[in-house]
Amino acid sequence: MKKMNISKSSKNNMITYGIVIIAYVVMQILLGTGNISSLMKGMLVPLCVYAILAVSLNLTVGILGELSLGHAGFMCVGAFSGAFFSKYMVIAAPGMPGALRFFIAILIGAVMAGLFGILIGIPVLRLKGDYLAIVTLAFGEIIKNLVNILHVGLDEKGLHLAFTNTSIKMSENGTFIIKGAQGITGTPNDSGFTISIVLLLITLFIVLNLVNSRTGRAIMAIRDNTIAAESVGINITKYKLMAFSISAALAGVAGVLYAHNLSTLTALPKNFGYNMSIMILVFVVLGGIGSIRGSMIAAVILTLLPELLRGLNNYRMLIYAIVLIVMMLFNWAPKCIEWRERLMAKLKLGKAAKEVS
Amino acid sequence: MKKLNKLVSVAVASAMVMAMMTGCGSDGNKSSGGTSDGNNGAATFKIGGIGPTTGGAALYGTNVQNAAQIAIDEINAAGGVNGYMLELNFQDDEHDAEKSVNAYNVLKDWGAQMIVGAVTSSPCIAVSEKTKEDNMFQITPSGSAVECVQYDNCFRICFSDPNQGEASAKYISENNLAEKVAIIYDSSDVYSSGIMESFVSGAASYNLNVVATEAFTADSKTDFSVQLQKAKDAGADMVFLPIYYQESSLILTQANAMGYAPTFFSCDGMDGILGVDNFDTKLAEGVMLLTPFAADAQDDLTVKFVSQYKERHNDTPNQFAADAYDAIYVIKAAIEKSGVTPDMSVSDICDKMKAAMLEINVEGLTTVGTGAGMSWNADGEVNKEPKAVKIVDGAYAGMD
Amino acid sequence: MSFLTYLINGISLGSVYALIALGYTMVYGIAKMLNFAHGDVIMIGAFTTYTICSTMGLPPIVGVLVAVVVCTVLGMAIEKIAYKPLRKASSSLAVLITAIGISYLLQNIALIIFGANSKSFTSIVSMEPIRLADGQINITGETVVTILSCIVIMIGLMLFINKTKAGQAMLAVSEDKGAAQLMGINVNGTIALTFAIGSALAAIAGVLLCSAYPSLTPYTGSMPGIKAFVAAVFGGIGSIPGAFIGGILLGIIEIFGKAYISSQMADAIVFGVLIVVLLVKPTGLLGKNIQEKV
Repeated sequence: MKKMNISKSSKNNMITYGIVIIAYVVMQILLGTGNISSLMKGMLVPLCVYAILAVSLNLTVGILGELSLGHAGFMCVGAFSGAFFSKYMVIAAPGMPGALRFFIAILIGAVMAGLFGILIGIPVLRLKGDYLAIVTLAFGEIIKNLVNILHVGLDEKGLHLAFTNTSIKMSENGTFIIKGAQGITGTPNDSGFTISIVLLLITLFIVLNLVNSRTGRAIMAIRDNTIAAESVGINITKYKLMAFSISAALAGVAGVLYAHNLSTLTALPKNFGYNMSIMILVFVVLGGIGSIRGSMIAAVILTLLPELLRGLNNYRMLIYAIVLIVMMLFNWAPKCIEWRERLMAKLKLGKAAKEVS
Repeated sequence: MKKLNKLVSVAVASAMVMAMMTGCGSDGNKSSGGTSDGNNGAATFKIGGIGPTTGGAALYGTNVQNAAQIAIDEINAAGGVNGYMLELNFQDDEHDAEKSVNAYNVLKDWGAQMIVGAVTSSPCIAVSEKTKEDNMFQITPSGSAVECVQYDNCFRICFSDPNQGEASAKYISENNLAEKVAIIYDSSDVYSSGIMESFVSGAASYNLNVVATEAFTADSKTDFSVQLQKAKDAGADMVFLPIYYQESSLILTQANAMGYAPTFFSCDGMDGILGVDNFDTKLAEGVMLLTPFAADAQDDLTVKFVSQYKERHNDTPNQFAADAYDAIYVIKAAIEKSGVTPDMSVSDICDKMKAAMLEINVEGLTTVGTGAGMSWNADGEVNKEPKAVKIVDGAYAGMD
Repeated sequence: MSFLTYLINGISLGSVYALIALGYTMVYGIAKMLNFAHGDVIMIGAFTTYTICSTMGLPPIVGVLVAVVVCTVLGMAIEKIAYKPLRKASSSLAVLITAIGISYLLQNIALIIFGANSKSFTSIVSMEPIRLADGQINITGETVVTILSCIVIMIGLMLFINKTKAGQAMLAVSEDKGAAQLMGINVNGTIALTFAIGSALAAIAGVLLCSAYPSLTPYTGSMPGIKAFVAAVFGGIGSIPGAFIGGILLGIIEIFGKAYISSQMADAIVFGVLIVVLLVKPTGLLGKNIQEKV
């Protein structure tokens, strides 16, 4: 009986880790033998980025039970602080090994995004439901707006910061690290598939362990019934804030990875606006709210889908939208679920009948 | 829940298999192309195009795609380049750096030998990083940020942002067009803020008096009353608009409604304003712009191109289209000069073509009326004359 | 003087937000869902009018009527296909995601039909602007019509909800679907009616949005849609007068923020004020405060 109990959640977790590791091994074999398209090769890191984002948002939406529409804002904070550090180091300490630089960049991105998570979480988590959603959306947009006008320059006297290009007090031979809307160009390409997988595994490890810990149970108790949880002595603010800031920090990690995979980083509505926040939410909901593995898989499917549909040319995004709607209905509509269950039962019956005969 | 997960897993597995198959498929194509260079593979140069054909910037990518296809069809109909045909595969990047890299990889799988693109700046920078790695020849019609051509395999048809801002300041100052200048720009856009910055620094050196610098963002670009009011209050007799024509059309309408009539001066992004369906061109009367292309110019080349574009796509081409059209002809000239053949490796083609780029001089849609062609320096920057035009009676008129 | 000008500009912009927010808040209040596709229904409405008036040359009133019909049918179809099957889903987020899917779908359909190039929308309002103080201040005809429409629609909606049977049914459904059903109210029909009205309002909002700001592309509706959503939340989502006040205030804040603080930070200011308001009054200006029970 005891054995059963332990194995149920940990077996489930093992499957999740297993899927990632198997995917990694398969991809490595394909990479080694050269049997992989450039497209797939180029998408390996982005897939991990989106998987991390989906898993981290699931912590807020699925485990904590609060709707956040500003997740891309935390990703943005992570991306810009991580890339800022790396670009700075490229200029200030060119001899620094890439791996070390990237490691520190990841830490900085995570810490910065986590801090923003706490900063934003304190006021936001007092609100409920859709009001909370709109405030997170608002914070995401504010972050994007501010990053877009941020100018940071580096010269022999050190760093200079301003909100316009013309007001910056930098000497002639200084260089811009962040140049307003033009963002950061020339971030070193320090990321790679292996490190991305490692980061994904770490994210999974953090989230899955949290869920199965005492803290996780407290968080889920708050989700299921705040008043009841409070009455048994759970510190609501503390646990909510904890889940929210961990989720933000992990999104920051994904941001750093994203920034170090591309040589240019700009805060456009497309990549750091509410559109992206909503996209991450789509991964989470499609994959099953609260299902860590599901959101990871949904992220992979929905990121690959538009690429696989490229053959349709102009109709690509149209078909993508239809597929998204159909998948949602298939996964969520009570009638569809009922029909699927009946189908399953029939198949099982058929199988059993065969075995009998 | 469990079953649901199972179903999702099955779905993802099949998606993965699909991805794998497309991977193998295209790999197969490539290898067969490599081995059978002697026959069908050798007959065409494969040109990859990258730009946004969906999303907010779809207009620019679509124009480039259509115009490049027109140029390629013309060249092929006339017997190709050195007897070789050209083939275009254009991929959508949604104006996103990450998607543009995906698009590039798709094109690589397809066997692209050179790249036309990316259309917009930030994706172009991301793609140039990859073409540099693979040493593939890249020419962007319209990626105007400085970094777009930072590597020696990358060239561009349009002017760079600093170049445009500086040229505008110089032109306004030399022709005494304004006493006080106000700027309205898009602070969330690379192109617009790039030009604005160089205009401001150019204005300082040419003694222009910039009295107001007002911004808007991609998220609030419907109402410009405040920006215009501030320009008006500051007494600006000229408003400089380093932005695209969709927003400009709104600004012109709103300025008219509030009874403010300064001179509007703009860059190549303004081109297309007369082509906006149903736009009251009276509002654009007197607008000046530095642009390489005018869709209603009366020379043979422009007339032929514009009529063909209208016939095929029922739309008026803008300067993105003109840049793309020229880009294909530049590729043609570079191929002819360097004598490359489709059976050479991507890297060899690139090396020869980038050497040839420094020697050629091409006349095209974007040099019409300047009396000279365009040539390139080793930085990848184009050398051609900017043209200033003024809108008079709903049409462009040249300015001297 | 410039203060007054800014104030009037703010009200003009705000009236457009208010008009969109009315449709938003209507659907949210009754069906309890954030209809992210609302902005795109607006865009479809504007394109319909554009096609009828500018391409086919028919009078504006025909264009508006056709747009209202098209959007009403579209709204009901969307509800039937994409939202209704998920009404009893185990999470209310599911329907939010299909709404996003519908939003992408409508944008891409418009992109394929009308292309990416922007269209200049001919204003359906032929009223001359009102000029005050020697032309220093002027109020455009579009602003006057938009504000009047807002007020008419707001009063109409309130009368409809409070005085008619169908309206009472809507109130009942919004309070408690299960209980409403038990009382013999056709819940599905009532929600379909809500979407029909909401979408008809979207058509009118689309036409007036594009009359005031005459640039029309497949993405025209999405940002005003989000802003109107913000306005609706600002005023207390679900509250009809709240949407009106929220919209007007949002417009004024946006314009004042640009005018007196910084035009670069306009978005940050608007959203910053929203956050402050919600922290002080967590259910918006006129929202009802619901006490949660165990």
